[in-house]
Amino acid sequence: MEMMRKERIDRGVRVRASGLYAISSWREMLYLMGPPLALIIGVILLPFVLELAPYWKRVINIMCVYALLALAFDFLANYVGLVCLGGAFFVGVGGYLSAVFNVYLHFPVYLAIPSATICGAFLCTFLLMPCLPLRGVYFAIVTLMYPLLATRAIEALNILGGTNGITGLDSLPNEYIEHYAIILVTLFFLYAMRRFVNQDVGLVIRGVKDNDQAVRASGISVTKMKAFAVFIAAFMGCFGGAYISHMYMWSGLSMFALDFSIIPMASVVIGGGGTLLGAVIGSFILVPLSEVLRNFGTFRIVIYCALLTGFIVFKSEGIMVYAMRKYHQFERWVKV
Amino acid sequence: MEILIYGIINSVILAFMALGFTLVYSIARVPNFAHGALYITTGYIAWVLLHKLTGFPYLLAIVIAISVTAVIGALIYRFILIRIRGMEISEIIATYAIGLAILEGLRWGGLRGGTFTLPHFIAGNVQIFGVSVDYQRLIIVGIGIVTFAALYLFTHFNKVGLALRGIAQDERAAMMLGIDSDMTAIVSLAIGSGLAGFAAILLLPLGNIIVEVGYNVLIFAIAVCVIGGLGSWGGTILASFIIGFAQILTEAFLSTHYQMVVALLAIIVTLLIKPSGIFGKQKELEERV
Repeated sequence: MEMMRKERIDRGVRVRASGLYAISSWREMLYLMGPPLALIIGVILLPFVLELAPYWKRVINIMCVYALLALAFDFLANYVGLVCLGGAFFVGVGGYLSAVFNVYLHFPVYLAIPSATICGAFLCTFLLMPCLPLRGVYFAIVTLMYPLLATRAIEALNILGGTNGITGLDSLPNEYIEHYAIILVTLFFLYAMRRFVNQDVGLVIRGVKDNDQAVRASGISVTKMKAFAVFIAAFMGCFGGAYISHMYMWSGLSMFALDFSIIPMASVVIGGGGTLLGAVIGSFILVPLSEVLRNFGTFRIVIYCALLTGFIVFKSEGIMVYAMRKYHQFERWVKV
Repeated sequence: MEILIYGIINSVILAFMALGFTLVYSIARVPNFAHGALYITTGYIAWVLLHKLTGFPYLLAIVIAISVTAVIGALIYRFILIRIRGMEISEIIATYAIGLAILEGLRWGGLRGGTFTLPHFIAGNVQIFGVSVDYQRLIIVGIGIVTFAALYLFTHFNKVGLALRGIAQDERAAMMLGIDSDMTAIVSLAIGSGLAGFAAILLLPLGNIIVEVGYNVLIFAIAVCVIGGLGSWGGTILASFIIGFAQILTEAFLSTHYQMVVALLAIIVTLLIKPSGIFGKQKELEERV
């Protein structure tokens, strides 16, 4: 029997576009800039396009919030090595803080959201600080417990509105501000994070994941770096939470719900871990899907979980890595 | 006196919940986050057998439910976990996803409300030192002691049990002696799931079969295992007594709301002070930097 194997070769245009000479030709420039521009422009135009289907306009906001959470999860899991199963904790802290600022302290919206984001990020980092020395399974378990603990504590102590939550938050001034606030922040964080992980600090943070003893031997405090990374992730999560609480004009126990932990995780796995862009694309696929499946009730979660397990087992590279490969390379069968 | 008796009962219940989880982790090194789901599944299968087929013998229903759960556990390993063995993150996410899928699937399939109950083995209660205890709880304590003893004997004086421990202690050496690593992992998952099912059959008659119980069981199992040290048997039993009594005390002096808070706080505090748990066998350096 004749043995064949698949060979992958870079496309010519990729090689030509890899150097400075890319700017000498429109075609190469389009090759480089096309996909990111398509994404950015597409997302920015989305609210106008969806004028045709007003119901779906709400979905854009939720989609972007989940994209932010997925970014945070991807950053923590694949760049810092901390698997945080409790993304909902960030959302809950951000949401509740924003509600407290807005309702109890009468901050206006445009002050409540940023201050909740910053205070929330500090608070989350402070609360997670003791767990930072942990790794792997242990960190995952503790972070899984945090949102649950927060829920039970609020229930038991009957603070912050107890089981009813805090109502009467101000909404954002108008619909378009509502859309663009979250869209621009998401895009900003997406590209900021992609740059950040290649900066000096980002390299040190990635070092923490690959070999923390080496980082330690270089005289850099591992825990301090992890705390910094958690701060960034919590910043994104808390912004999402604060935004959601103003979008629903309500902040309650469901801010700590499982959805905020599981959907970002699923998005990252489906989109491709460690690519950051994949996390966003994953949530842009999953959230509308969940909206379509809304009639099925909790069966949605079953579908996510099946997708999640399927991707982990059979296609662990994710959509993004797969698409990148197809975009940059072609394949052919050759004789061995 | 009441605190003492109910403390012991509660501790045995917790130990039961954690037994399957700790067994799977100590042997296959897989944190089986689907534990709670398997627990509820067993209860549900038993309920279906009892209520959809009239006159079905209770004992047979129990045996079938437990065996089905054990087979599910084995299949999960054989078809899913075997492909991602050793990748900790994927293992956690996959088992967690499977557990969620089962639980939410059951909820979607109509498992809500308080209509799902299993009958007590023997109804009625008895006075012990002036405290009234129902027979079901006494049976739980009795069977609990027997189960622990049986598991000890199984892992120390049986070829399969010894193979399981061999893999747990040193996988490579065990493989050199002809012990199949994947086969033992399958067996351990089957036994672990079976134990989860066994616990369900014993404990579910005390309450309703609802999805939330599945999540709570998982949390309690993790709490006990983490505090006792993941993969340590003595630690599991000791930790279940610590949490068991702590819960009964909070219930007596504070309110039932705080029960879960106590368990969760206990996990966090233990992980902070001594991440490998009371009797953890892992080297400290592996767990923290």
